[in-house]
Amino acid sequence: MRVAENLNEALHGLLDDDPTAYVIGEDVLDPYGGAFKITKGLSVRFPGRVIGTPISEGALTGVAAGLALTGNTAVAEIMFGDFVALAFDQICNFASKSVSMYGSRLPLRMIVRCPSGGGRGYGPTHSQSMQKHFIGMPGLSLYEMSPFHDNREVLASMLERGEPCLFFEDKILYTRQMGQTDPMFPVRRDGELAIAEADDRPDCVIIAPGGMAHRALAAMRTLLLEDEISCRLLVPSRLYPLDVEALLPYVNGVVIVAEESTAGGTWGSEVAHLLHGRVWDRLRGPVRLVHSRDSVIPTAAHLESEVLAGESTIHHAVREALRG
Amino acid sequence: MTEILDRLRLSRLGDDDLELLLLIRHFELKLLELYGRGDLNGTTHTCLGQEYVPVALAPLLGEHDHVFSNHRGHGHYLARFRDPHGLLAEIMGRQGAVCGGVGGSQHIHRDRYMSTGVQGESMPVAAGVALHLRRAESGVLACVYIGDGTWGEGAVYEALNLASLWRLPLLVVVENNGIAQSTPTTAQMAGSVASRAAAFGVTHHLVVSTDVNEIRTSLEEPVAAVRAGRPLVVEFATHRLGPHSKGDDIRPADAVQAARDNDWYVRYANDHPDQFHRLDGTIRARVEAIAEEIAARPPSRWEASSSWEAS
Ligand SMILES: Cc1ncc(C[n+]2csc(CCOP(=O)(O)OP(=O)(O)O)c2C)c(N)n1
Ligand SMILES: [Mg+2]
Repeated sequence: MRVAENLNEALHGLLDDDPTAYVIGEDVLDPYGGAFKITKGLSVRFPGRVIGTPISEGALTGVAAGLALTGNTAVAEIMFGDFVALAFDQICNFASKSVSMYGSRLPLRMIVRCPSGGGRGYGPTHSQSMQKHFIGMPGLSLYEMSPFHDNREVLASMLERGEPCLFFEDKILYTRQMGQTDPMFPVRRDGELAIAEADDRPDCVIIAPGGMAHRALAAMRTLLLEDEISCRLLVPSRLYPLDVEALLPYVNGVVIVAEESTAGGTWGSEVAHLLHGRVWDRLRGPVRLVHSRDSVIPTAAHLESEVLAGESTIHHAVREALRG
Repeated sequence: MTEILDRLRLSRLGDDDLELLLLIRHFELKLLELYGRGDLNGTTHTCLGQEYVPVALAPLLGEHDHVFSNHRGHGHYLARFRDPHGLLAEIMGRQGAVCGGVGGSQHIHRDRYMSTGVQGESMPVAAGVALHLRRAESGVLACVYIGDGTWGEGAVYEALNLASLWRLPLLVVVENNGIAQSTPTTAQMAGSVASRAAAFGVTHHLVVSTDVNEIRTSLEEPVAAVRAGRPLVVEFATHRLGPHSKGDDIRPADAVQAARDNDWYVRYANDHPDQFHRLDGTIRARVEAIAEEIAARPPSRWEASSSWEAS
C-alpha cells in the first residue's frame, strides 16, 4: 500500500472512530480530495465533518483550534507546508500557548498536516521543510510521516498528547510503498523508533526523519557494497520533543543526522545537542549534520538536486566521517 | 464565471494585439503539451481563456509601473515583455532563463515585474511600492493581479485598507474566473468583490466584456485616477479554459462548456476569420520553433551554484 493511501485510510479511520473529529482545509472536498489526494473519499462519507475552506491558512488553523477548544478533534491540512507560515500566529501564539498559559493545562486535540519538502520542481515557495521553524515551542509537538510508522497509530499518538501537533509529510513519500525497505536492511520497531540495519555492529549510525529514510537506505546500500561500511538507520516518528532516551541504546561511535531542511538552526543540531549531553563519551567525535544547502530551493531539476540533501550527500558524509 | 455570455461581436484588433493574444494562447498550449509528454517538471498554471486581460491592460500600463503577478502569470509576463524565449527557458531550466531557472513558472522578477506563488502575499508589498511611488515618482502606479480565491487571505484586506487610507496608486486586477483550484467562488466567497472593495471606500470596476478595445476604453479614466492616488479594484469576470495546473480538472461539464463558449479565441476566429487565420498559424509555428530552440539549449546556470562547485 502506498503511503498516501495509508494516510488516507488513517483519516477515514479517525473520522469513523471519533464522532467529534473534523478534517478542514483548502480543496479537501470530493471529488478533488485535496491537492495530494490525501482526503479522498472523506467528504462523501463524513459530510459536515470534512470542511473545505477559502484560501485562508490563518483562519482555517484558528478554526481548528476553536474546534479543539470546544472538545473536538481537529485535523487541518495546509496545502503546501510552506504556507503554514500564514498560520504561524495561530500555532505559536494561540494554540500552543493555550495549552499552558492559563495556569492549568488546557488540552487541545489538534493536528496541522504539512505536505513538505522538495524534489518535485515546485520551486522556492512550495518545497520547503518548515520543521525547524517550529522547534522549541512549548506546547507544540512535531511529527514526521514515515514509511515505517502506520499513520493511524501516528495520528493516535499525536492526539493522545493533548496538545497541538504539526505533522510533516514529505511529498515524495506519498507515492512510495508503506514499509518499503531494502532486503539488506530489515526494519524493526522498538516503540516509536524504527530501526534498519544489516548487522548489529554498525560502523555508523544515521538518524533521519521519515522523509529522508529511503535516501539514507539507498546510501547505506552503496556504502555497504562499495565501501564495506555498515550503517544503522534510526527513524523516530516524533521529532520534537525528541525521545532521546529511546535512541540511546542504538547510538555510539560515528553518528550522523540527515534531514532535508536547508542549513542553519536545523532539527539535527537539536538532536546533536541532546546526544552530546547524554553519550558524548561513547561518540567518535561530534554528531555530524547532513542537510540541504544554505539556499532557496530552485525550481529547475538540475539546480534543485544540487541544493537538496539526498543519497549522495549522506554517502559522502558517512565516508568522510569514517575515513576523513 | 458569469453565465451572462457576452455574445456581441468582438471588435477588430490591430495585428499587434491579436499576435500577442495568440502568442499567449499558443505558449500555454505548448506548455500543457510539454508537460503531457513529461518534458517539464514541477507544475504550471496556464491562463488559457484569460489571455485578453493582460493584453487589454498592456497599453494602459507604462514601463515605470510596477506589476505584481501570481501563480497564473505567463500572460502577464508576455504582455509586458513579449519575451517567450526568456519565459520558456525559465520554465524549462535552460540558458537564457529570466531568473536562471531558480524561480520557475511562479517566481519571476524582471525590471519592475515580480511574481510569487504565495496567494495574497503581493498585496501589502504592492501597497508598499505604491507608497514609495506616490512620494518619489508621482503618476506611476503599482498593479497587482489576484484571483477570486485569493480574497480568502487576510493580507488582501489589510492592504486594501492601507491603500484607501493612504490614497495609494494601487491597481488591483482581479481575474475572477469563478473557481480557485477546485473550489467554486460561490463555495468560498461570502458577499462579493464589489462589496468588499466598497467596504474600504475603494472604487470597483466590473469588466464583463472580452473585447480588448472596449475594455481599454472603459478603463482609461479609472486607471488615470489610480495614478492620482485613487486605488482601484478592476474585476474581470473571466473563464479558466484549462485545468488549474496540469491535469487536475474535475469541473462539471457545463462549467467547462461555459468557459469554451466564452473563449475569445473561437469567437474572434468567427468574427474576423481572414485576419485570424492569417496570424494564427504563423504564431503557432513561431511558438513551436521557440520551444524546439529552447529545449536544445544547455541547462541554465545559477551564480550561487557555481560558487558551490568552486568550494
Ligand atoms: C497562501 C497560499 N495558499 C494556497 C495556495 C495553493 N494555491 C495555488 S493557486 C490556488 C487557487 C487560487 O485561486 P484564485 O485566486 O481564484 O486564482 P486562479 O487559480 O483561479 O487564477 C491555490 C489554493 C497558494 N499558492 N498560496
Ligand atoms: Mg480563480
